[in-house]
Amino acid sequence: MARTVLLIGTRKGLFVVESDPGRTDWEIRGPFCESWPVYHAIHDQASGTIFAACASEWHGAAVWRSSDLGESWAFSSEGLGYGDDDPRKVSKISSLAVQGDRVLAGVEAPGIFESRDGGESWSLLSTLAGQPGSEEWNDPANQPPGHLGISALMPDPDEDASFFAIVQGVGAFETADAGESWTPRNRGLRADWPRPHEEVGFCVHRLVRAPTDRNRLYQQNHVGVHRSDDAGHSWTEITEGLPSEFGFAAAVHPHDRDTFYVIPLDPGHGRCMPEGHAAVWRTRDAGGSWQQLDRGLPTQHAHLGVLRAAMAIDDDDVPGLYFGTSTGQLYASIDEGDTWTELAGHLPPIWSVAVADVA
Amino acid sequence: MASLRLPPTLTSLFPDLPRRVEVDASTVVGAIAELDDRWPGLGDRLLEPGPQLRPHIHVYIDGERAALESVVGDGSRLDVVAAISGG
Repeated sequence: MARTVLLIGTRKGLFVVESDPGRTDWEIRGPFCESWPVYHAIHDQASGTIFAACASEWHGAAVWRSSDLGESWAFSSEGLGYGDDDPRKVSKISSLAVQGDRVLAGVEAPGIFESRDGGESWSLLSTLAGQPGSEEWNDPANQPPGHLGISALMPDPDEDASFFAIVQGVGAFETADAGESWTPRNRGLRADWPRPHEEVGFCVHRLVRAPTDRNRLYQQNHVGVHRSDDAGHSWTEITEGLPSEFGFAAAVHPHDRDTFYVIPLDPGHGRCMPEGHAAVWRTRDAGGSWQQLDRGLPTQHAHLGVLRAAMAIDDDDVPGLYFGTSTGQLYASIDEGDTWTELAGHLPPIWSVAVADVA
Repeated sequence: MASLRLPPTLTSLFPDLPRRVEVDASTVVGAIAELDDRWPGLGDRLLEPGPQLRPHIHVYIDGERAALESVVGDGSRLDVVAAISGG
């Protein structure tokens, strides 16, 4: 079994957390990226590069990169902007993905940039112009300081030109031609608020695809957990049995399309795990029933929040599951969620957790 | 020539960029352009499209708050400050 490496994006830099092959002893390195806020970090297996989406309150947004697992770093924002004549500004880079030989970056104000030289320079790929709702989401009044814009990107594993993009508070969109055209993929989702456009106006928090079945998708939405069996063309709600319809994080089992994890949260101002009881919830039957997983987690006075990109799963035979909290705790389970241990208790607020696919 | 002082949040990003740099420029934006020539990418860390100074970057000439087009005199002292921003 290979070592496991986790990339932990925090409000105060990136941390690299590395285990022995048994995933029992863990070493934490960091903070990297000069302690800039890191909204998302990923690892490109082909090039061996870590990419980190950063935005300094002083010095703006940039993508940092390291080809030696964090030993050395460079950054670039060359081309990462809408230009002097465009009122839109890139306030932050919210999401990253690697697809084929390019790196994709989702930003606020909503847009997608690509790099074809390993992150040294960037060019605008799409703003999803013309999609229903695009005029509203480009209105600065609809972009409060915490807005993420393109909050996630999800490449298609089989088609190099196909990927999903989530526009925060609007919904999921899919392109099949590398961003030239887009199709909303929100049919069947629920919204408890007025929507001026039939196909959008949904609050998709996290979208994941089963590695064993490209047609099986899940999402944690602002209102409910949903499953798709037709690659996102339609959605069925599977919330029943969970303690809350609200949450951010989600993960799907690497070897079983029917096993899926969420972390329900109080939907009010707190947005913490209900009743101070930390738990991950798992379904093994595609949402037909849910099991609370809390062994090893604090179950009293544990008012923990977990953000949309802050849970990840590795692809070992018995997969490990990892989540970080907005108060800096990092938890791991190496038995598919049955039992948990705390890897770190005092990191900065954690915004993203990803597994680096290293040899 | 003018003497320009930079914040540590900036100097840590560029190899060999000192806290104090001598610049030969007649305006603030000219001074930043000169810095960007010598340390490529530095301008983007201080400026937004427009160009305009990033919201939490303040520049002073001889102790007075300055704008991008403010005139830099020979022998002036410029201070680039990463202003109060979060915790």
